Amino acid sequence: MSAVIAEHDDHHADEHHDHGPAKGLLRWIITTNHKDIGTLYLLFALAMFFVGGSMAMVIRAELFEPGLQFVDPMFFNSMTTMHALVMVFGAVMPAFVGLANWQIPLMIGAKDMALPRMNNMSFWLLVAGVLLLASTLFMETGAPSAGWTFYPPLVLQPITVGTALPFAVFAVHLLGISSIMGAINIIATIFNMRAPSMKMMDMPLFVWTWLITAFLLIAVMPVFAGAVTMLLTDKFFHTSFFNAAGGGDPVLYQHIFWFFGHPEVYIMILPTFGVASTIIPVFARKPLFGYASMVWATGSIAFFSFIVWAHHMFTVGMPMAGELYFMYATMIIAVPTGVKVFNWTATMWKGAMTFETPMLFSIAFVVLFTMGGLTGLMMAIAPVDFQYHDTYFIVAHFHYTLVPASIFILMAAGYFWLPKWTGHMYNEKIGQLHFWLSAISVNILFFPQHFLGLAGMPRRIPDYAVQFADWNMISSIGGFIFGASQLLFLYIVIDTIKGGTGEKVTDEVWEDASKHSLEWTLPSPVPYHTWETPPMLVPTEHVLDSH
Amino acid sequence: MSTNTAYYIPHKATWPVIGTLGLVTMLAGFANYLNGSSIGPMFMVAGLVIFITMLVGWFTLQAKESESGMYSHEVGISYRMGMMWFIFSEIIFFAVFFGTLWYTRNLSVPWLGEGATKELLHSAYEATWPTNGPGNVGGKFEPMSAWGLPFLNTLILLSSGVTCTWAHHGLLAKNRDQLIKGLIATVSLGFLFVLFQAIEYHEAYTEMGLTLGSGVYGSTFFMLTGFHGFHVCVGAIILSVVLFRSWKGHFKPENHFAFEAAAWYWHFVDVVWLGLFVFVYLM
Repeated sequence: MSAVIAEHDDHHADEHHDHGPAKGLLRWIITTNHKDIGTLYLLFALAMFFVGGSMAMVIRAELFEPGLQFVDPMFFNSMTTMHALVMVFGAVMPAFVGLANWQIPLMIGAKDMALPRMNNMSFWLLVAGVLLLASTLFMETGAPSAGWTFYPPLVLQPITVGTALPFAVFAVHLLGISSIMGAINIIATIFNMRAPSMKMMDMPLFVWTWLITAFLLIAVMPVFAGAVTMLLTDKFFHTSFFNAAGGGDPVLYQHIFWFFGHPEVYIMILPTFGVASTIIPVFARKPLFGYASMVWATGSIAFFSFIVWAHHMFTVGMPMAGELYFMYATMIIAVPTGVKVFNWTATMWKGAMTFETPMLFSIAFVVLFTMGGLTGLMMAIAPVDFQYHDTYFIVAHFHYTLVPASIFILMAAGYFWLPKWTGHMYNEKIGQLHFWLSAISVNILFFPQHFLGLAGMPRRIPDYAVQFADWNMISSIGGFIFGASQLLFLYIVIDTIKGGTGEKVTDEVWEDASKHSLEWTLPSPVPYHTWETPPMLVPTEHVLDSH
Repeated sequence: MSTNTAYYIPHKATWPVIGTLGLVTMLAGFANYLNGSSIGPMFMVAGLVIFITMLVGWFTLQAKESESGMYSHEVGISYRMGMMWFIFSEIIFFAVFFGTLWYTRNLSVPWLGEGATKELLHSAYEATWPTNGPGNVGGKFEPMSAWGLPFLNTLILLSSGVTCTWAHHGLLAKNRDQLIKGLIATVSLGFLFVLFQAIEYHEAYTEMGLTLGSGVYGSTFFMLTGFHGFHVCVGAIILSVVLFRSWKGHFKPENHFAFEAAAWYWHFVDVVWLGLFVFVYLM
């Protein structure tokens, strides 16, 4: 079944088949090919990862020691704001959409995404949105500096936003349209384009997690769009949505924002779970433990994400009933998440494990994400949160769930699939070096921030009391090592595309990988067009447990 | 067994990137305009022209492809899923503003009128709906009544839903006359709705003192009805295109996705209006 049979439909053969890519730069602008668009998304995300990373370097340099060193405090605030926006909307989300574009059609035996023209548009809208946002960096009054959450009334003050607000708002609109289009495309592809023999419960977990993520995207991106639209009208059109003098309420913005914001953080973590569930079984040489429970856990995490938003607002002044409800509801999420961590561990249990770079990153993910999850559980406790709120403890918490989780898994995905996509093997030695430098430095970077937060250091400040000096310096050193180590990844990506080690990779790339998922039955590198005829059989190794 | 070969995958697409260019030019122009720049409106117009060109070009292409039979049953399913989830995202967008109205009326306005907030900050404030807040933002105003134009508009939109379905029956029965008549009626009712809405807004601004700036009542009233009115315009334009295509002889009983999508959108706009009529005007 690894052979791709070019079966031509007489009627349409001339117009629709045997088209290679267009020539030159134009190929990338007008492409509708899922692999091209996936590549565009991934490269764009990688570029934004370094842009957002440079902003993080500015932040860590300024915080290296107490006092004001390098940058103006307002610019520092712009950096924290823009670092978050660029990383969330420019790097992590697009990177996962890129993986979805590349992998979903390959994994379900579809010849492309269901709506290829719209696929092209979602990518370019993403670029347009990020450019609109980034343009504010070059304005006289600077980029937005009220934090990525855009809380009013702070974000409506001339000093925090200058001329940037309408640009940021419209950027959010464009990014929202882009995400919704991407999500619709993914849903239509998964429901409508699966190989006839692939039932829903045969789908690789990466496909499942993306399906659920796509629903989250459609359900919450319009919420964010609505929230920022009201900011815009409050600022420019005299409305009073968030103005108490006119009968409005600034806290309402926080409710709306976090109704978007909490599912949003799961939009970044659910595909992460999917990739981890794809990689770990391959290197443990065992079927994924508890496939069905993984699917249900993903679904219930997604469901719970809609009913826990106000745990971001424990200190804002809610009725006691609200505090209690959001505390308990939040803690429930630990149950399905625990199921997942248990399943990954059980998958590795007594497996014939090898530790290639993708597996190393995945194991680090399981361990470090669990730590990030546990600090999350601590903060779910409302009375305790009163101490942690808006301190470096929360910074440490969400960075543990994003950097050694989402980012590590994106790295793992890169190492895992690059040989498949390019037909070349990456340099394992440099890969392992990249892993160990990243895994050690990320802990030097973020672990001390727990101590800083517990000791009371607030987030989003350019200067701090001297008692915080030591841990900040250590954190900054970790940050610089982590940042520099990522250049290794950039080198590896370029090197692998250009030929890597020169070693010819097999179709399977990884031992017995074709038992787990369909893409490994295709040739390496993957041809420009695949699955013109859907596969007759689908691998079921990954779902063995549930059958 | 394969259905893959029949699934039409276009290989090059120029309209998406042109549409993106139009959108971003329009929005960048609007942002500049809001910041007081004089070149803003120029960019807005240029962007709008590019965007409309894209809409005309892209939809013409789709219509041609559809009429030449390039879309298989499976492609049709993808389009229907696309439209369905797009409408779902629109429902969520409206839900944000309905949620805002609910929260403001039932939670935050009452909070302004009780306890220490009332005693210390504004003891004279009666926290009842409709309100423009303790600051009397926007000055004295008269709230919009449900009877009169809004009720008439409810009847108009409901009838337009009926005529739309009647047109659909005509399409299915291969009765082109009924299809075209039904669509003309639907589009006319749609634009009549917009006209009445404009008259209502004019009255609000000139006679009732009710503006977008009339505190939170004015904000929620105009935001909800305004976005809805915009969607009615969009729906009526979509239906006009469908009418034009029907008149040109497009659509068959087994292949008329554009009609279905337009009808779904129209019913969605209709249902949102019923929500508005109950929660904004009646209650």
